[in-house]
Amino acid sequence: MSLVELHAIHKSFGAVQVLKGIDLKIDEGQVIALIGRSGSGKSTLLRTINGLETIDDGTIMVAGKKVGDHDTDLLDLRLNVGMVFQQFNLFPHYTALENVMLSPQVVKKQSKSEARAIAEEMLVKVGLADKMTHYPDQLSGGQQQRVAIARALAMKPRVLLCDEVTSALDPELVNEVLAVVRQLAEEGMTLVMVTHEMRFAREVCDTLVFMHHGRIHEKGAPEAVFANPKTPELANFVGGLAG
Amino acid sequence: MPEFTLWDIVYNLLLAARWTVLLSLVAFVVGGVVALLLLLVRTAGSRWASRLVRGYVELFQGTPLLMQLFILFFGLPLIGIDVSPWIAAMLGLTLFTSAFLTEIWRGCVESVNKGQWEASATLGMNFTQQMRYIILPQALRIGIAPTVGFSVQVVKGTAVTSIIGFVELTKAGSMISNATYAPFTVYGCVAVLYFVICYPLSLYARRLEGKLHNVSR
Amino acid sequence: MAYQFDFGAILPHWKLLLDGVVLTTELAAIGAVAGVGLGILGAWARSARTPVISQIVGIYVELIRNTPFLVQLFFIFFGLPAVGIKLSEFQAASLAMIINLGAYSTEIVRAGIQAIPQGQIEAAQSLAMNRVQVFRYIIIRPALKKIWPALSSQVVIVMLGSSVCSQIAAEELTFAANYIQGMNFRAFEVYFVTTGMYLVMSIVLRQILKIFGNFLFERRHHA
Ligand SMILES: Nc1ncnc2c1ncn2[C@@H]1O[C@H](COP(=O)(O)OP(=O)(O)OP(=O)(O)O)[C@@H](O)[C@H]1O
Ligand SMILES: [Mg+2]
Repeated sequence: MSLVELHAIHKSFGAVQVLKGIDLKIDEGQVIALIGRSGSGKSTLLRTINGLETIDDGTIMVAGKKVGDHDTDLLDLRLNVGMVFQQFNLFPHYTALENVMLSPQVVKKQSKSEARAIAEEMLVKVGLADKMTHYPDQLSGGQQQRVAIARALAMKPRVLLCDEVTSALDPELVNEVLAVVRQLAEEGMTLVMVTHEMRFAREVCDTLVFMHHGRIHEKGAPEAVFANPKTPELANFVGGLAG
Repeated sequence: MPEFTLWDIVYNLLLAARWTVLLSLVAFVVGGVVALLLLLVRTAGSRWASRLVRGYVELFQGTPLLMQLFILFFGLPLIGIDVSPWIAAMLGLTLFTSAFLTEIWRGCVESVNKGQWEASATLGMNFTQQMRYIILPQALRIGIAPTVGFSVQVVKGTAVTSIIGFVELTKAGSMISNATYAPFTVYGCVAVLYFVICYPLSLYARRLEGKLHNVSR
Repeated sequence: MAYQFDFGAILPHWKLLLDGVVLTTELAAIGAVAGVGLGILGAWARSARTPVISQIVGIYVELIRNTPFLVQLFFIFFGLPAVGIKLSEFQAASLAMIINLGAYSTEIVRAGIQAIPQGQIEAAQSLAMNRVQVFRYIIIRPALKKIWPALSSQVVIVMLGSSVCSQIAAEELTFAANYIQGMNFRAFEVYFVTTGMYLVMSIVLRQILKIFGNFLFERRHHA
């Protein structure tokens, strides 16, 4: 059984149907890149996997359990699924260390020393050993995003969702964040990332998912998908990137 | 003991409410004019005069309205001016209003982008022209919502004048309550009448505020 | 004959004034702590998902904000006994202040909460925090920080407003002033001095709130 199983997910905003029946299985250790045009529903899909958007129809199973609409179901889901946002969304009133420690302490009821040990480990891992007591506004965008990754990791999720984690960054800061993501992938972390960095996707991911108009249009190993797109839409999309 | 019907109570309160409304209007209008003058002094006057206005504002914002009324009511006779509760109430509330409006409007004038002053100065305008054509029209747009909002404070402030014996809505309420032994009903009605006067103003202020935000977006 | 000012006539009564200051301070402290607490609860209820509760709080806020404090005070002190709720002068004054400040701070705190970016809340949710945890750890402190100046001004306004509590014979500063001028017939001098005392109190209160705010929202740098 897969770690996350989406079945026939439908989602509309008002009259606009954004997800038109998504089926997707995410296996342990899989690294998936979600690509597609702006507005194709990539973010919405990630947000439904994290329970930030309700779904109109379909089922989400996480670790063999169906996600219902109780609040506790959502919390269960989120203990398994972490998320990193385009805009970092660090908590401005906490230091980097406190940002990472907070949720393990209040949600998982870890002791302070326990939470701190894990938080420090995670911050070291993302290369911020020397920035722990900095507040978010004292950090660069790249550093903030790495704190956000550490914050999500400290909850020990089984899947990490990344929504365009480098899109809000200045070009020279992109690589330090990508390096962290790459390292996570190499360590076997299960990842689903929306990205426009096609080269990175090709190098790091084992599965490419191309979304188009709220549907999964094509899916497969990156090399194969890029080399010979089966549909004109993907060919077009790939061609458009090259040109 | 005469029997008072609910209508008797409401009718008498309504009569008294006219004074609440009149006092509010006078204080608001005259206070507004005074505030405009004070605002000019505050923004364009000499440092000394400007400081004086600031002190004036802080004095009224830092002391209870009731004390301001007491000082006028008991102080003016000492310098030979006999005042009725009506005069003291009107004077006190007007001064009170002028201080608050000065401060509110100063905030509005200051919130007009500094670049507007500079741009109009480079066009050769003098202070009066800048104010008249550039700053005030913009400040007015920003200022109208908080000004309407403050009018609610003025109406509520009139209640305090009951304490120096001016017979407006609250004072009438006390008197009727003493006569009818029905404080719950009477003060309930008094509250409702104030609400009827104030709530539309509050709503209007909020609508204006919403509009402003939508326009600037 | 010109009036001879005699501020000395107040001196013998300094103890009364001091007692008044103490009581006004107590009223202000109770009103501030419980009123702001009520405001935080109210703001939370306003943003809660249950529309009924939100509407009830909304009505409370509008009722209080659109009627004079003095009338609220009279209603509580003179009116409520008719329905079996009899309060002492001090209790009635405290309650009126709490309810009054509670309504204003509900609105103020709510504005602060609304200014919190949605992304903050989503980030906290994605970390598996529940609604209470999100409010407590993520929303409330930045929200309060944002509206602290407005909240402080409101607390000062309510402290000054407590002066009308003299009308139900709560023995605060204005009551003391009334009492003294009833004895020495030096109304102007007494009220002049009392006004000065209020001015000092409002300046001090403002400073205290500022310092307290700095303490609450300061960045703590621990190793
Ligand atoms: N909260 C919302 N309310 C209404 N419409 C929304 C909302 N969120 C997204 N949409 C719409 O849903 C569609 C899909 O949006 P989504 O953010 O999932 O696209 P995306 O693939 O992530 O695009 P991008 O590459 O620009 O991030 C868009 O048309 C968007 O306008
Ligand atoms: Mg997106």
